[in-house]
Amino acid sequence: MSTPVVPASVEEVADGLERVGYLPGESTALVSYLAARLGKPVLVEGPAGVGKTELAKALAKYLGRSLVRLQCYEGLDEAKALYEWNYRKQLLRIQTEAEGTGWQAVQDDIFGEEFLLPRPLLQAIASPEPVVLLVDEIDKTDQEFEAMLLELLSDFQISIPELGRIEARTHPVVLLTSNNSRELTEALKRRCLYLWLDYPSAERELEIVRLHAPDLPDVVAQRLVEVVAMVRELDLKKPPSIAESIDWARALLLLGAQDIDQQTFRETLSIIVKHRTDLDTVAERVGVRLAA
Amino acid sequence: MPLDAHLIGFAEALRAEGVAIGTSELNDAFAALGEVEWTRAAPFKEALAATLAKSPDDRRVFDLVFERYFFRAAEGAALEAGVREGAAAEAGMAGSDRIDFDALREQILEAIRDGDEAALRDLARLAIAAFGRRGQGSGVLGVDVQRIRRALGLKSEPPGLVKGEGAAQELPLTREQIRRFEAQLRRELERAQIERTQSLPPARPLNELDRALPSGPAQDLAAVHRVVTQLKRRLATQGHQARGHARHAHVDVRRTMRASLETGGVPVVLKYKPRRPRRPELYVLCDVSTSVTSASVFFLSVLHALHDSFRRMRSFVFVERISEVTDVFARERSFKAVSDAISKDAGVADVSGYTDYGRVWREFLMQVEDDLHPRATVIVLGDARTNGRDPRADIFAHVAEKAGRTFWLNPEPKLYWNYGDSVIDAYTPYCEAYECWTTRQLEDFVRALTRPGYH
Repeated sequence: MSTPVVPASVEEVADGLERVGYLPGESTALVSYLAARLGKPVLVEGPAGVGKTELAKALAKYLGRSLVRLQCYEGLDEAKALYEWNYRKQLLRIQTEAEGTGWQAVQDDIFGEEFLLPRPLLQAIASPEPVVLLVDEIDKTDQEFEAMLLELLSDFQISIPELGRIEARTHPVVLLTSNNSRELTEALKRRCLYLWLDYPSAERELEIVRLHAPDLPDVVAQRLVEVVAMVRELDLKKPPSIAESIDWARALLLLGAQDIDQQTFRETLSIIVKHRTDLDTVAERVGVRLAA
Repeated sequence: MPLDAHLIGFAEALRAEGVAIGTSELNDAFAALGEVEWTRAAPFKEALAATLAKSPDDRRVFDLVFERYFFRAAEGAALEAGVREGAAAEAGMAGSDRIDFDALREQILEAIRDGDEAALRDLARLAIAAFGRRGQGSGVLGVDVQRIRRALGLKSEPPGLVKGEGAAQELPLTREQIRRFEAQLRRELERAQIERTQSLPPARPLNELDRALPSGPAQDLAAVHRVVTQLKRRLATQGHQARGHARHAHVDVRRTMRASLETGGVPVVLKYKPRRPRRPELYVLCDVSTSVTSASVFFLSVLHALHDSFRRMRSFVFVERISEVTDVFARERSFKAVSDAISKDAGVADVSGYTDYGRVWREFLMQVEDDLHPRATVIVLGDARTNGRDPRADIFAHVAEKAGRTFWLNPEPKLYWNYGDSVIDAYTPYCEAYECWTTRQLEDFVRALTRPGYH
C-alpha cells in the first residue's frame, strides 16, 4: 500500500483519479475533494452503471487507502454490518475455565475485544490506517438500518453496549451509493454531501473508452459512443452502463472490427443489451440505422 | 451586500421553492466554499449544489434558483453602482451599420456546437442588437426570444441518423443546444430591460412547468415501478407489530446461546426465530372502459409494475364483465405487448362498452370467493361511473368483508366524485378511496398505507 495522499486542490484530485483509470466529471472531482477535506460522507446517486462503485475504488487507490466495502441488501442487520460477539469462542472460554475462575473475571473476559467479530463498519472505524468506506446500494436496506448509520456518519463512532463507545482512530472517507429505488431519509441526506452521477456526455464517454481500449480505431470508438448514446435514449429495461461500453470496445478490438456495421452490431449486441425484449427493441430501432 | 448575506438570501430563496435546507447544510456550504476556489463560477456553483441540493429534483430547482438569484444579485449591484454598458456597446456596434444575419448565424452555430458559453453570450447580444434595429421588439421576453430564434433560422431537428461515412459529418442541433442559446438570449434581453427601466423586475416564484422534470411515457413507467416497489415493502411489513405472539415459534439456537452467556451459559431466556413476513396476496381489478381511457394507460402500467414485484397476485380487467389477465402478465414481459394483448382478446366489453359494476362484483365474487381470506388485499382501479346501473354495493361489501383490506383508486379529481353517474359514495363505507392519477398521488396512497393507527 502506497503512502496516504492528502489532496491540496480539486485539480489534483481530478488528475489523481485519472491516473488510476477513472475519468471524473468536474463535479465528481470537486465533491471527492470536499469529502477528503471536510471529512463528510458523500451520497452518490444515479442510474445503474455510471461508475458509482468504481468511484469509491478509484478514490481508495488514489488516496492510498484500503477500501472497506459494505454491500447492502434487504434484511441486512447490525450483526452483519457492525459487529457480532463470537459466541462459540465465548462458550469455549467459559467451559475451559468453568472451574476455579471467579464469575467476575470470566464476565470481564468474554466481553473483551478478543471475542468481537468486527464487521465492515467497525473495521472502517477501528482501522489504524485511514480507509475509504463504501456503503453500496444503501437504498436496498430498510429505514431502521439507515437510522443506525446516523451515529456513524455524523460522529464516526459506534456504541457497543458491553464495551462502550468506539471512536474512529482515523477519519474514513465515506461513500454511500444509491440507485434511487427509494427515497432516503432526510436525516441521512442532511449529513452527506450529495453527488448525482449521470451517464457521461458523448465526449467524456469517448475519452473513457479510449482510456480503457487505447488500441481501438478512432472511427470505431466514435461510432460506438454514438450508438450507445442512441441505445440509452430508448425505453429499455436496462440501459447499457459505462462498463458495458468498455466491454463492447474491448470485444470489438478483439474481433478486429474496422467499423460498426449492421452485422457486427447484431453479433455483438448482447454485450450491451441483456434483456430479450430489449434486444428486439434495439435491433429494430438502432440496428437498421447502421450501414449494411 | 457581502457574500455571506447573499448566500443566506440564496438559501431563503431555495427554501421558498420547497427545498429543505437546514442550518447544518448552510454550515456545510460555507465550509465547502472555504475549501474550493470559489471565485470561479463552476466550483462555486458545484460546491453549493453538493451541500444544498440533495436529490435530482432539488438539483433542478437549485439550478433555476441559482441562475435567477445571482443574476438579480449581480444586476442589483450594477444598478446600485451605476454601471452601464448599454451605451458603450451601442457605440461599438454603430461602426458596422448592418450585421450580416447569415454570418451571425454561422458563428452562432459554431459556438453552439463548441459549447462555448462566453462566445454564445456575446453572439446573443449581437443578435439582439441586430434584431432591435429592425424595430420589431414586442416588449415580451418570451416572444422576442422566439422571434430572434426564428429570424436566425435555428431549428432543432430529430436525432440524426448514423450514416456509414466518417465521423466528420455535420450534426444537426439538438433541442438542448437550442435551449441553451435561448437561455442566453433571454438573459441578455432581461439585462437590457433592467438597464432601460433602472429597476429590477419583481421576483417571481418558479412556476410548476419550470420545476417539473421533463417526462415522457418511458419515465412515467419507471416512476410507477419505483412507487410500486415501495408499495410492496409497505404491504409486506404492515401490521405485524399488532399481530401478537405467534402460537408456534421456532427456537433460534444461535441467539439463545448468545443470550445464555449473560447467565453463564445456562439458557434461561429462549430466543425465537423472527417470523418472516408473509407474502401479501393481491387482487387487483382494473377498469379499462372508455370513460377511463386516459387513465387506463396509467392503471395498466401500475398493474404491470405490480406484477413485476408481486408473485402472488391475480389481476382482472373489466368493463361490462370481468376477465382474469394474470396469465397475460405472466407471459409477456414488455408493457406494450401486455396492453396490446389485453385490448385484443380480453373480451370484457359486451354490447354497450359501458362499465357494469354490479355484474363485475358478481362475477368477481364467483371466481374468487373461495380464495379470498383476511390476509388478501383487494385494490380496485376505476372511476365508479355506473352509467345509471345499480352499483350493487351489497355485493361489494361482501367482497370487502371477505378480504382483509380493500382500496379504491379513483382516477378522477375529488371534485368530480359523486357528480353525474359517479357512485363512489356507495362504495366508500367498505373501502378506503384515494384520488389517484399521477405517480405523486400513487406515492401518497403508499404513504397512507403506513399511517400509524391505520389497519
